[in-house]
Amino acid sequence: MEKIATREAYGKALVKLGAQNPQVVVLDADLSKSTKTNNFQKVYPERFFNMGIAEQNMIGTAAGFAIAGKIPFASTFAVFATGRAFEQIRNSIAYSRLNVKIAATHAGLTVGEDGASHQAILDISLMRSLPDMTVLVPCDGVEAEQAVFAAAAMDGPVYIRLGRSAVPILHAGGDRFAIGKGEELRQGADVSLLACGIMVAEALKAAEELEAEGVSARVLNIASIKPLDVETIVKAARETGAIVTAEEHSIIGGLGSAVAEVLAEHCPVPMERVGIKDVFGESGKPQELLDKYGLTAKDIKAAAYRVIKKK
Amino acid sequence: MEQMIGESELHTTARQIRRDIITMLLEAGSGHPGGSLSAVEILTYLYFREMKVDPADPQWPGRDRFILSKGHAGPALFSVLAERGFFPREELLTFRKIDSRLQGHPDMRKTPGVEMSTGSLGQGFSVANGIALAGKLDKKDYRVFLMLGDGEIEEGQVWEASMAAAHYKLDNLTAFLDHNGLQIDGPVTEVMSPEPVADKFKAFGWEVVKIDGHSFPEIRQAIDHAKKTQGKPTMIIAETVKGRGVSFMENEAGWHGAAPNREQAEKALAELV
Repeated sequence: MEKIATREAYGKALVKLGAQNPQVVVLDADLSKSTKTNNFQKVYPERFFNMGIAEQNMIGTAAGFAIAGKIPFASTFAVFATGRAFEQIRNSIAYSRLNVKIAATHAGLTVGEDGASHQAILDISLMRSLPDMTVLVPCDGVEAEQAVFAAAAMDGPVYIRLGRSAVPILHAGGDRFAIGKGEELRQGADVSLLACGIMVAEALKAAEELEAEGVSARVLNIASIKPLDVETIVKAARETGAIVTAEEHSIIGGLGSAVAEVLAEHCPVPMERVGIKDVFGESGKPQELLDKYGLTAKDIKAAAYRVIKKK
Repeated sequence: MEQMIGESELHTTARQIRRDIITMLLEAGSGHPGGSLSAVEILTYLYFREMKVDPADPQWPGRDRFILSKGHAGPALFSVLAERGFFPREELLTFRKIDSRLQGHPDMRKTPGVEMSTGSLGQGFSVANGIALAGKLDKKDYRVFLMLGDGEIEEGQVWEASMAAAHYKLDNLTAFLDHNGLQIDGPVTEVMSPEPVADKFKAFGWEVVKIDGHSFPEIRQAIDHAKKTQGKPTMIIAETVKGRGVSFMENEAGWHGAAPNREQAEKALAELV
């Protein structure tokens, strides 16, 4: 299966978007080679602004560009974008409802060897709690590109969560992606596996193995964490009676929490959350970390069996 | 579109704005008189003499931009905007009240003429940089004006933004430092001294001018100097008096964030005639 990191897709998408829309400007905080905004810089140097290692100022400057009618994309590692500059995002972007796109890379444990200081495991939680913020977590390169174009097409703040490691391409091209819509990747009746980002491929793998063992698992790709596709989630809960969420993020505040909120209010059914269990990560190879912290198809499968038992 | 008035009229306007500040704070029962009163001449000069703005079309793309990074001086900005015709003066009495367009700190989504929502210190500076950078990119001739407090520059973001403004040679950006010397807990030099401020901004690559921030001719000269300065932003260090114009509020840190009661307000208004 062909693989590409969502950050790679982001860099390429920016170049395409820059050609279509002269209002697009890109800001980075000395990580342009890693976030892949250097792709844009090479083609449109006059519209690229390196803000140095100063994330708070980068976010505020992006807000100023938006006031002046530009469509700024601001990029750095997710841990710094959403943590270091959180209050700037809150007050200068979200509260003012400015048209800034924060595209943050190196999210989750798959940052790998750099270790816990660089692994964003709370970013979805932080961004999801901000009024007026749209939160997108694409699962592959195709969806990452579509998320970039969808973000640019809407007026308002958007957070796009991107990864460092290459992940399988699950989608064909086309204009499928829509903010606020979940995507059914696989039908199923016994349990629903709701995943985002790199965990979507793992959920599909888990569903295949479950099928071989006689369990029919539905797989939903929830790339739009906010707004959330409540209808599709409630339908899955009603029709399958058991839910597993899977995310490369803390089980507190991310996809699992968002889905739990929907289920508690609209259709309480047994649920399990696969994610980082309220701990920090560590250095290691991405796959070693995913294995150690329980973020694999095997973990999703085990959670599926546990939750089915509770039905 | 441009409203030109003479210096004596500027003084009259400034006095009216001070009266409005006192009245709206009395009515609100809370707010920040000290740092509002210290900024009055600068704001009055900008909106009545310098800036190209259109109260009938606050979002006019060609407008000059003003960012009040020290957002707690909102009463001064609101009074000036009302006086300039952006919204009715009677609305000042709704300041800080439920459903009002005049929030405790400026909100760009609610108040006509407010360029950016501020209140969390240091943040307006970066936003001003972004607007100035966009102006350069689009070859627009609008100018960006910024006001910082001297307590505010204790924020780290201020120095990130200072570095960036000089790095990108933002000569279309003119900043005022409302150097009134006091912050909530006392004199800035005692709480966390940012001095020497002129040397710091010079070292960061800025053109630096020092003026009496209550003198209209000095404000005018400093802005003219900034407009002639090429290749770098200008910081106008405006020596001001916190609480200026109300004898018992002047140079008193206690009047940073306390509203006058009726008796105090009447005394203040009696001085502002």
